[in-house]
Amino acid sequence: MSEYLSAEELKQHFSDIHPPFEHAEGAILEANRCINCYDAPCTKSCPTSIDVPLFIKQISSGNIKGSARTIFSSNIMGGGCSKVCPVEKLCEGACVYNLREEEPISIAKLQRYSTEKAIHEKWSLFERKPSNGKKVAVVGAGPAGLACAHALSLEGIDVTVFEKEGKGGGLMTYGVAAYKVTPESCQDEVDYITSIGGIDIQYNKELGKDVTLAGLQKEFDAVFVGIGVGVARELNIPGENLKGVVDAISFIYDLRTNDYSKITVGDKVAVIGMGMTAIDAATQSKRLGAKEVTMIYRRTEQEKPCTDVELDLAKLDGCLFEWLASPKEIIGENGKLKKLVCSKMKLGEPDSSGRRAPVDTGEIFTIEVDMIIKAAGQIPFEELVSGSALQNKGGKISINTSGETNLKGVFAGGDAVNGGKEVVDAVQAGKDGAKGILQYLKLSY
Amino acid sequence: MANLQSNFLGIKSPNPFWLASAPPTDKKINVLRAFEAGWGGVVWKTLGSQVKNVSSRYSTLDYNGQKVMGFNNIELISDRPLEINLQEIREVLKLFPDRAMVVSLMADNDRKSWHELVKKTQDTGAHGIELNFGCPHGMVERGMGAAVGQDPEIAKMVVEWVMEVAKIPVITKLSPNVHSVVPIGKSVIKGGTNGLSLINTIQSVTGIDLDTLVPNPNVGGKSVFGGYCGPAVKPIALKMLTTLAQDPDTRNIPVSGIGGISTWRDAVEFMLLGASNVQVCTAAMHYGFRIVRDMCDGLSNWMDEKGYTSTSDFIGLSVPKITRWEELDINYHIIANIDQSKCIHCGLCYIACEDTSHQSISIEKGMPYNTYTVKDEECVGCNLCKIVCPVDDCITMEEHRKGPEYLNWIEFQKRGLPLNDH
Repeated sequence: MSEYLSAEELKQHFSDIHPPFEHAEGAILEANRCINCYDAPCTKSCPTSIDVPLFIKQISSGNIKGSARTIFSSNIMGGGCSKVCPVEKLCEGACVYNLREEEPISIAKLQRYSTEKAIHEKWSLFERKPSNGKKVAVVGAGPAGLACAHALSLEGIDVTVFEKEGKGGGLMTYGVAAYKVTPESCQDEVDYITSIGGIDIQYNKELGKDVTLAGLQKEFDAVFVGIGVGVARELNIPGENLKGVVDAISFIYDLRTNDYSKITVGDKVAVIGMGMTAIDAATQSKRLGAKEVTMIYRRTEQEKPCTDVELDLAKLDGCLFEWLASPKEIIGENGKLKKLVCSKMKLGEPDSSGRRAPVDTGEIFTIEVDMIIKAAGQIPFEELVSGSALQNKGGKISINTSGETNLKGVFAGGDAVNGGKEVVDAVQAGKDGAKGILQYLKLSY
Repeated sequence: MANLQSNFLGIKSPNPFWLASAPPTDKKINVLRAFEAGWGGVVWKTLGSQVKNVSSRYSTLDYNGQKVMGFNNIELISDRPLEINLQEIREVLKLFPDRAMVVSLMADNDRKSWHELVKKTQDTGAHGIELNFGCPHGMVERGMGAAVGQDPEIAKMVVEWVMEVAKIPVITKLSPNVHSVVPIGKSVIKGGTNGLSLINTIQSVTGIDLDTLVPNPNVGGKSVFGGYCGPAVKPIALKMLTTLAQDPDTRNIPVSGIGGISTWRDAVEFMLLGASNVQVCTAAMHYGFRIVRDMCDGLSNWMDEKGYTSTSDFIGLSVPKITRWEELDINYHIIANIDQSKCIHCGLCYIACEDTSHQSISIEKGMPYNTYTVKDEECVGCNLCKIVCPVDDCITMEEHRKGPEYLNWIEFQKRGLPLNDH
């Protein structure tokens, strides 16, 4: 196992990768670069449709409060999203400056400027309507659940959120690289969201254990299920159960819930997968002190699910890459992890995702490892979902266009429905769920 | 290489760029620095009865992060002893005999005071005198500055007093705080002035501090109207300059152009509309005297490109290109064209036209980029889309004449041609 780094080194390795504007002047200078597009591509590329030109204009006019309200009224997790969104494929990726071969407007950084100020100064930007006596249960205090709870509370509904962990924020708190968001900023964001009142989060209450869907249906006027997705997909290869083979979500969860110095990381780490979580796991391993981190992906760089910006993070951290490689077997010695055997792949015909499918060439190669992190996608809570009467596809809850499940008054959204997308997608799903619930409760049409 | 030498009323300078009478020219140390930097001449800050200044003195108009679009000051004339100023002028003249040294004057409003001040000034060896009839703040309340410059009769009288004793060229600086500079111009020409300069500053309030509610500049909780200048006033100055060039009584008198000149381009524009040389202040106050380097270099390169060997080759060339509205060609018609290969899909042309103009651009929604096309039959050729487009040459205005011949409004009416029916 790797030697521990000093506290100073760890602090440096996990400092903010996208530092904020130091001064108002910087934000205003950048805000003034924005040309205020009409029917703006950035807004259209945001899953929550934040009115980007408006909030940027508000920064440049010195109306920071208005700017924060513009952001939060579309995306109540606009603070966290400004740090974790893959903006290069969303708002900033669509910025018209790209078409002039110029740097896009730093939309995320500007969004962070306004939202951080709002959260830090505890600006009260929304007022909830008086309580109307309706009660809604939200399962999961992640981005979808919190967005749903906030939208419902605004309309005067009393919301109770059941969260299995000890903190809110979901994947934001437990599943994102530590150099993107800090535990404190996640906590501040949850507190800020709930500060409008009418939202009671009950921590350490797990669906299926401490509460049941049937019980919630009885006790509440409606239910929103935003339980996210669970552990990493199994590799289904020999040796998977050896000590030293961990799943990326648990690895990042440990990292986010413990002191960095207490986390064990290997000397030679292999990370399976090339999504955002895989990148997070690889870079965090490296930053914890792993000597060699190799990322294994069965297709080529062209088909990778992460963005170029994310891949660059891993490259800059010195990670190695094995493209067109698929894990075949994990070999241990005396119960210790030793080797990872991979099949060499080549690209075949396009599969259902439209990307060319990897095909085994029959050749193999082996790399020395003492730790393997599985990050080839997450799987839904199939057992939990199937155990209820919820209609689902392999654990992914099925909903109609109003966000309602097959059970009357039970709505769902976020990763639990889509199988795992961005935080910003979950926020929109939460908003959609709230809209459906308000219609269901005849509080809006 | 073009020859940038300038001769204004016989006052020679190596280039046509003078520093206007203002804080940058109020003492020897500044003026020496200006001449070292390459300025062709200065108009020394206004001399008269010594005054006392306040603090603060300046404020600006900033726009979308661009500082000093407009500049405002409430400084008075020189607050230094007259004798020190005159001594320093003598010293500078010795050190830089090739540069133009004009001294701005504003005496108390009586013949004797003007005579004394003019005599003392020309005794220094200065090359010219500029009469400050334009200062819009502080001195007005004392019956001086713009108070003189706003009344043709008083202005003429003062000029006459000056001309009684003046042995060097006299330039009268005009105030823009009038509905037209022409009557005053005519009047001071009758009084005998050798040349004119314009514009002085425009009375203004640049803004208010929204916390204290005190307008800028704040002098202990109060403000006063100041004199406005800088890039924002250039269009007003150019218009006033043109009115002098258009009037038969004022068109032949040499004019020194002033008002928001920041670059060689601005200077050329003033000269094209009749200014023999130009005076600069705000741009120097923003960036320092070094700006003259590009002014000389840019002017020289432009003249070379255009084949002009001296500034007199192009002075006034744009004057005939400003006419009366009723002489404009109604058959001239242009239509906007959007180059789709250059378009970045920002939609600014569309929303400007749709909301505020003639609904002449169509929108085809796309994800995330919309496509915008001009409806040729609706376009009136107003230029708005081209103006708001952030990409150079993406929108061009193409000529589609309504008829082959020149047709002006007078003729249009005579022929009883139809007006718009919608």
